[in-house]
Amino acid sequence: MLRKGLAIAALGLALVGGPALAAGSQKEPRTVAWSFSGPFGKFDRAQLQRGFKVYREVCAACHSMNLMSFRNLGQKGGPFYDPKYPNPNDNPYVKTIAKEYEVSDIDPETGDVVKRPATPADRFPNPYPNEAAARAGNGGALPPDFSTLSKARKGGADYVYSLMTGYGTPPAGLEVPSGQYYNPYMLGDVSAFWKGEGYAPKGGFIAMPPQLTPDKVTFDDDTKSTISQQAKDVAAFMAWASEPKLEERKAFGVGAMIYLTILAGLLYVSYRRIWRNVAH
Amino acid sequence: MSGHSNYVPKTGFERWLDARLPVARLAYDSLIDFPTPKNLNYWYTFGGILALCLGIQLATGIVLAMHYVPHVDYAFASIERIMRDVNYGWLIRYMHSNGASMFFIAVYAHMFRGLYYGSYKAPRELLWILGCVIYLLMMATAFMGYVLPWGQMSFHGAVVITNLFGALPIIGESITTWLWGGFAVDNATLNRFFSLHYLMPFMIAGVVILHVWALHVTGNNNPTGVHVQSKADTVPFHPYYTVKDGFAIAVFMLMFAAFVFFSPNALGHPDNYIPANPLVTPAHIVPEWYFLPFYAILRAVPDKLMGVLLMFGAIAVLFILPWLDTSRVRSLRYRPTTRMYFFIFVVACFVLGFCGGKLPDEHVIPGLKTFQLIDADLNSMVWLSRFATAYYFAYFLIVLPVMGLSEAPLDQPKSISEPVLSPSAALPAGAAASPEKRG
Repeated sequence: MLRKGLAIAALGLALVGGPALAAGSQKEPRTVAWSFSGPFGKFDRAQLQRGFKVYREVCAACHSMNLMSFRNLGQKGGPFYDPKYPNPNDNPYVKTIAKEYEVSDIDPETGDVVKRPATPADRFPNPYPNEAAARAGNGGALPPDFSTLSKARKGGADYVYSLMTGYGTPPAGLEVPSGQYYNPYMLGDVSAFWKGEGYAPKGGFIAMPPQLTPDKVTFDDDTKSTISQQAKDVAAFMAWASEPKLEERKAFGVGAMIYLTILAGLLYVSYRRIWRNVAH
Repeated sequence: MSGHSNYVPKTGFERWLDARLPVARLAYDSLIDFPTPKNLNYWYTFGGILALCLGIQLATGIVLAMHYVPHVDYAFASIERIMRDVNYGWLIRYMHSNGASMFFIAVYAHMFRGLYYGSYKAPRELLWILGCVIYLLMMATAFMGYVLPWGQMSFHGAVVITNLFGALPIIGESITTWLWGGFAVDNATLNRFFSLHYLMPFMIAGVVILHVWALHVTGNNNPTGVHVQSKADTVPFHPYYTVKDGFAIAVFMLMFAAFVFFSPNALGHPDNYIPANPLVTPAHIVPEWYFLPFYAILRAVPDKLMGVLLMFGAIAVLFILPWLDTSRVRSLRYRPTTRMYFFIFVVACFVLGFCGGKLPDEHVIPGLKTFQLIDADLNSMVWLSRFATAYYFAYFLIVLPVMGLSEAPLDQPKSISEPVLSPSAALPAGAAASPEKRG
């Protein structure tokens, strides 16, 4: 009876939970075998470091990461975590990276607005002073903040990877407006611009031109810098930034599942024993 | 609570306490000695599971409220701060957000069980109605809780739902303005939703006490629907049902934990990780999965006011259910025709949930174009939800009243113990042959 009940519950969720995320015209993202997927998944530290480099050298020119501080890079599970420095603010890598940025501050003596090198406690500086400036610099489009972007899109890291590598020649018959680019993985509706045969292609227009080119970023660990590699690495970095506690969560979860399985087993045995003399 | 008590104070302190405030007697009578039918199956464990769900939501919610900032400019970032910087904040927040879904899984199982075994029928009408009140409070609490992270779905969901009240004639506009605390969903709305989201769980807890109290007056229903006749029909709640409920709770927690630890965002919508922006409407606004059946009923009706009334009617009909079912037999075990209608009803509920998550114009069978029926293609979600909505109401308003009068039920056992002790007596050979005998 219980198994039947759970099966019904699971069926209900499958029926109801899935379609709740449905609708909209875009191509299903390509799936990548991420090191962090599955119940035992962990981030690949080297990949996170490469991804951070891609973010820093390519994306950060337009995309902010308002919720991230430099210290996050050195915290447990982060790209530059070093067990020698349990307090990420002491981590020399993190300190060096932070120092390369300048942030605004108030001079405590004079009250003037001054610039000073960042410390690990500072947030990643925003490339634009405000939203209007960001739009003005990008033809009216607002480059989204990266802090939670990976979990704010259906498909997560797969989506980021597919979008970054998904640019190509638009299908014949599609009139791409100037300042826009066609991407089959972008959510949108291009039917008003479709002059070809049959249904309009899936996908949408995106204001961001293709960003990644081979060898655009030189990886410090001699990984070959292809477009696909750069896209994978930055998608992994963004997945980490969205869910920095993912490793801790999954490790905790494995323990919790083992504990609950044993508890359920013991309770079942007790149940059989207590009820053994009751006809029911 | 039902009068008779077997509690015997053992120590001097217990006797002293019992003469002044008999809380130990109350606990003993309702949790230990409480005589419970011995044939309850696993569908009867959801009550205990629900009590645990409420406890988890209260405990995690109180901690979350310590860190949450109810302000349009800070709410989103404060939730992320909980997930990133608060010790085990990710655990507390994911337990709370997935806990809401688990709560609804359990409550729906609990309600379907009540419908199947006729637990709403006399003398348990008030018990059932109190349960409906809890369900209504749960829906309000869950809706307001979903607004608090102030993501895109939070904001636009709040706009859609509060605007429903605007459909009421004359007073509609004033009510929406009053709900919002202004002329749009804004900071004032977020603040009052936070306040009410904190208040309502305690109201739920209060009604739960009444619900349990009513249960302990009438006693449990059971899968046969036959009243308890003697002591042979029952076992004490402890240890028999504490251990059975305990096992079910552990299994339920396994499912809960699988979501929290391995797929914490599977039941949510990705758009809610985009901070709310009143100027950008999401491509497809959908409520959380547990509201989808009602959302489908709302959208099945072309007229907004009628849609709103029908949606609330879908819940209101549950309140009068005890008087709609005319049968003298409680359990659908002994009502084979009605049982068939019941299973179709369950399917209709799932179909409504399925339609609620789709766009109304979407094809049910992809690519198949049929014909235009009034305002939409027959092969569309909107027509499927119309058929399911019609069945939903027909089940309560036609099937139950009519079947209760016309269906000849099977013979019921004379007592709970009978089918257990002598299996042959439970299914008498003449059961189907003499259907004119009503149980």
